[in-house]
Amino acid sequence: MRPLLLAPMLATVLIASPALAATIEVTIDKLVFSPASVQAKIGDTIEWTNQDILAHTATVKGGWDVMIPAKSKGKVTLKAAGTVDYFCRFHPNMKGRVEVTP
Amino acid sequence: MLMRPTATLAALFFVSTSPLALAAEKPTDPQIAHIAYTAGTIDIEAAKLAIKKSKNKEVVDFAKDMERDHEAVNKQALDLVKKLKVTPEDNDTSKALAKAAKEERAKLAKLKGAAFDKAYIDNEVAYHKQVDGALETLLIPSASNAELKSLLETGLKIFQGHEQHAEHVAGMLK
Repeated sequence: MRPLLLAPMLATVLIASPALAATIEVTIDKLVFSPASVQAKIGDTIEWTNQDILAHTATVKGGWDVMIPAKSKGKVTLKAAGTVDYFCRFHPNMKGRVEVTP
Repeated sequence: MLMRPTATLAALFFVSTSPLALAAEKPTDPQIAHIAYTAGTIDIEAAKLAIKKSKNKEVVDFAKDMERDHEAVNKQALDLVKKLKVTPEDNDTSKALAKAAKEERAKLAKLKGAAFDKAYIDNEVAYHKQVDGALETLLIPSASNAELKSLLETGLKIFQGHEQHAEHVAGMLK
């Protein structure tokens, strides 16, 4: 009888889970965020992969501030809708944008 | 004829802080490598002085960023010249840069507190601007090795970033 019981249980779990959150990859190479502009939904995560020998940040004025060490990664989970421009605090000429929809 | 003291000062300042403008001839790759490395070392020395002397968190943080970035870039530059089997060659531009930097450090060493912070950051803005100009108009166009040219181009983006960062810190000190 066990397999029969499992099916409704599995269905309940699937229905109860929220939509799968995505991870959006952004690469940093030679002081450039690529892609420079990405679209995401609330709950998604942006993950930066830094290929430079320099530490960078992804910083939103009055918002999140993600440290991305040299040859390493950094990430943020998006909690609010809206378009935000971010930059690197160490090299403010590096700019990126995230459009977050509900 | 009377020259206004500020104009005289400005003229002196221009001469003493523009050693890169002295380079008349197109530098060779070994000379370019030496100039770029020297320019980085100068900023590391200035940063070390600021880390030691300043009590302002923004200034000390900025100086630590400069020290970290320029040490990383200079290490990459050394790795590249080793790979290319190029021996950096001292030259008049490097010498003039080093001389001007020594004078600037002596000037900064005499200052304290807010006066030091302002002088250090103002010099960082001016210095990075000067190096940006040299990279754009002289060093990058003169470099013949493609990898050296590419490193200098990345270096230019780093220096431009530092200049904007320095301007931001300067704005906070006002």
